[in-house]
Amino acid sequence: MGTVAVHGLRKSFGKVQALDGVTLDVPDGSFFVVLGPSGAGKTTTLRAIAGLDKLDAGSVHLDGRDATGDTPAARDLAMVFQSYALYPRRTAYENIASPLRARRCSSSEIAAAVERMSSLLHIERLLQRRPAQLSGGEMQRVALARALVRSPRAFLMDEPLTNLDLKLRVEMRTELTRIHRSLGGTFVYVTNDQVEALSMADQVAVLKEGKVQQVGTPTEVYERPANQWVAGFVGSPPISLLACHAEGDRLIGAEGWTLPRPRWTTAEDGRPLLLGLRSEDLSVEQRGDASLSGELYGLEPLGDRTVVDVRVGTEILKVKARPTVTGTPGERLHVTVDLDRAHLFDAGTGLALSEAGR
Amino acid sequence: MAGSIDEAVSTGPARDHTRPARRGGGRGRAVLEVALLAVLAVVMLFPALWMIETSIKENRDVYAIPAKFFDFKVTMDHFRDVFAASGGGRSALSVSFLNSVVVAGVSTVLATVLGVPAAWAYSRFAMKAKKDQLFFILSTRFMPPVVVVIPIFLMYRQVGLIDTKLGLILIYAAFNVPFTIWMMKGFVDEVPAEYEDAAMLDGYTRLQAFWKFTLPLLLPGIAATAVFALIFSWNEFVFAIFLTSSDNVRTAPPAIAGLIGGTTVDWGLVAAASVVFALPVLAFAYLVRRHLVAGVTLGAVRR
Ligand SMILES: Nc1ncnc2c1ncn2[C@@H]1O[C@H](COP(=O)(O)OP(=O)(O)OP(=O)(O)O)[C@@H](O)[C@H]1O
Ligand SMILES: [Mg+2]
Repeated sequence: MGTVAVHGLRKSFGKVQALDGVTLDVPDGSFFVVLGPSGAGKTTTLRAIAGLDKLDAGSVHLDGRDATGDTPAARDLAMVFQSYALYPRRTAYENIASPLRARRCSSSEIAAAVERMSSLLHIERLLQRRPAQLSGGEMQRVALARALVRSPRAFLMDEPLTNLDLKLRVEMRTELTRIHRSLGGTFVYVTNDQVEALSMADQVAVLKEGKVQQVGTPTEVYERPANQWVAGFVGSPPISLLACHAEGDRLIGAEGWTLPRPRWTTAEDGRPLLLGLRSEDLSVEQRGDASLSGELYGLEPLGDRTVVDVRVGTEILKVKARPTVTGTPGERLHVTVDLDRAHLFDAGTGLALSEAGR
Repeated sequence: MAGSIDEAVSTGPARDHTRPARRGGGRGRAVLEVALLAVLAVVMLFPALWMIETSIKENRDVYAIPAKFFDFKVTMDHFRDVFAASGGGRSALSVSFLNSVVVAGVSTVLATVLGVPAAWAYSRFAMKAKKDQLFFILSTRFMPPVVVVIPIFLMYRQVGLIDTKLGLILIYAAFNVPFTIWMMKGFVDEVPAEYEDAAMLDGYTRLQAFWKFTLPLLLPGIAATAVFALIFSWNEFVFAIFLTSSDNVRTAPPAIAGLIGGTTVDWGLVAAASVVFALPVLAFAYLVRRHLVAGVTLGAVRR
C-alpha cells in the first residue's frame, strides 16, 4: 500500500508563490513523474509531501489518511535529495544503513539489506568510502540505495539524475525503471527533463510556476497537451506554434497561408488561435494538399535525423527530416502538414481546443 | 569526532597567506615597513617582556636603579609566593586562580549549552522578525559592562547573588550567550540543513537529527567559540571587582589588582601572578589564532 495525495498545496517564500494550489493523486505502485522547468516548485512539492516545510495551505494524505500534521519520520517515506545530502562523516555503508538504524533494526538485518542494495546498484566496492571520496554518479547511487533500503510508503526522488553525464543518465534511467519494477512501491519522481518524464513515467504531472498544468500518461501529455505551454515544454525540438483563425472550412494564418480546417475543431470563425505542429508531423516532402510554403532558414543535423528550420512569414517551423536532407538557406520549399495530428490552442487563454471530434 | 581545535581553525581557505604582490621598486618600502613594524613590536611587547623579567628577578634587582635588563639574579620565589601563603597553606592568590577557573569554565559551558541550540534555531527556522531579534541579541553587547554594573549590583543584592561565584557565572554566561549565538550561527549556516532533513526522513526526530548529524559537524566551531567565551570570562574585571569582595569568591583579575596599592607593592609577586594569569589566555589564543581577527566582527567567521 502506498498512495500519496496532496490537495491544494500553497506555499510562498516572501513574494515568490512557490506552490499555488497543487493537487496531485499518486496511485499505489505507480511511477509518478512531476515535470517542470527550474523554479516550478518541484522540490517544494516533494518537501511538502515529506513534511519538511510548513505549508501555507493544503493537505497531504498518505494511504488515504490525513498526514498533514505528521512529522517526516511518522510519514514513513524515503527521499533522494537533489543535492544527495549524504552524511559527510559517514561511510557509504553507514549512509545506506542510516534509515534502518533509525528504526532500530538488528545489525544482521542491516548488513543483509545494505548488501542487497549495494549489489542492486553496483556499489559494493564503494561501501567503505566517504561521500567526499565518491564521484557524482557514485554519490547518486549511494543516495538511491539509502532511499531504497527500506520499503516505505513511497519514494520521493528529486532530480536524482540531473547531475550525471548523458551516458550515465541514460543508463540510470533504464536502471531505475528496472528497480521500480523489481521492488515495486510508489515513486514520486521529480525532473525537469521531459525525455526522462516521457520514458519513465506511468503518469506525468506538468508543473509550472506552482500550478499543475496537466496530469496524464506520457502519451496523453505528448499527444494531447492541455495547453500551449505544455505543448511547448514537452517534446524536442519544441512544437511550432502559428497564429491563425478559422474561416469556414479553412484555417487562415496570420502570415497569409491557408490550410484545410481540421475536421475536429470546434472553434467559431474569427477566434484567434494557435496552430501547434510537432516536427514529426511536418515533412519537407510534397504530399497531399495541406502544405505551407516558406523558405529554408537553417539545418540542424542530429545524426539520426535533421531538423529543418523553415521560415513561414516571420514564424519558424521546425520540421523533422531525413539525415540526408540538403538545401541552401533562402531556398523556397513546401512543408506538408499532417493536420490530423495538429493541435489548436486558443490564442488568448492558451488552452487546447476541445478535441471531442478527433 | 577526532578533529582538534587546531584542525578546525585551519580548514578555511588560506587567505591569511595571500599577500598583494609587491610592485617593482618596492624594496625601499619593504625595508621601511619592516622597520616600522619592528618599532611597533618592541613598544607592544616591552611590557610583556618586562613583566616576565620582573617575575623572575630577585626583589633587590626589581627595585634597582638603573633598572637591570640582563645581569639580574634569577629566582622562582615570586612564583612560589603566588601559590603558597607565607605562613604555609594556600595563598589567597591561588584561591582566586581556582575561582577564575571555576567561574570562567562553568560560565563558558553554560553559554555554549544555551547558545549553540539557539544559534541552530536561528539558522534553521523561519521566525518572525528574525533579523530584529538577532540585532537585539547583539545589541546587548554594545553596552560596556561598566554601564550596567550598578543596576546589576542592586539586583544582585536583592536576590543574594552579591559576592557569590554563581553570580559571576550567571552574568558572564549572560554576556557570552549573544556572542556564542552570533558566532555559532555562522558555523551552523555552513552546515547544509539537508543533512537534518535526510535524517528526519530516515526516521529520526528533529532533535535527534541535530544531535546525531549536525552537532558533530559543529564541534570545531563550538570549540573555537568556547575559547572566545572562556577568554572573555577569564579576563573580565569590571563585574568581578564590583560584584565580589571576599577572598574565597574573588577571581584573579581583581585579586591581582588588589596586590597594587597599600604602602609597599611587591612588584615581583604582581608580575609572577600576571604571568600565571596570562598563560592560559596565550595558550587558548594560540589555538584560535585564525579566528581572533575574524571573531572581532562577530558571526562573520567562515570556515
Ligand atoms: N527556501 C527558499 N527561500 C526562498 N525561496 C525559495 C526557497 N525554496 C524555493 N524557493 C523559490 O520557490 C520557487 C520554487 O522552488 P523549487 O525549489 O521548488 O523549484 P524546483 O522546481 O525544484 O526547481 P529546480 O529544478 O531548479 O530544482 C523558486 O522560485 C524558488 O526560488
Ligand atoms: Mg528542485
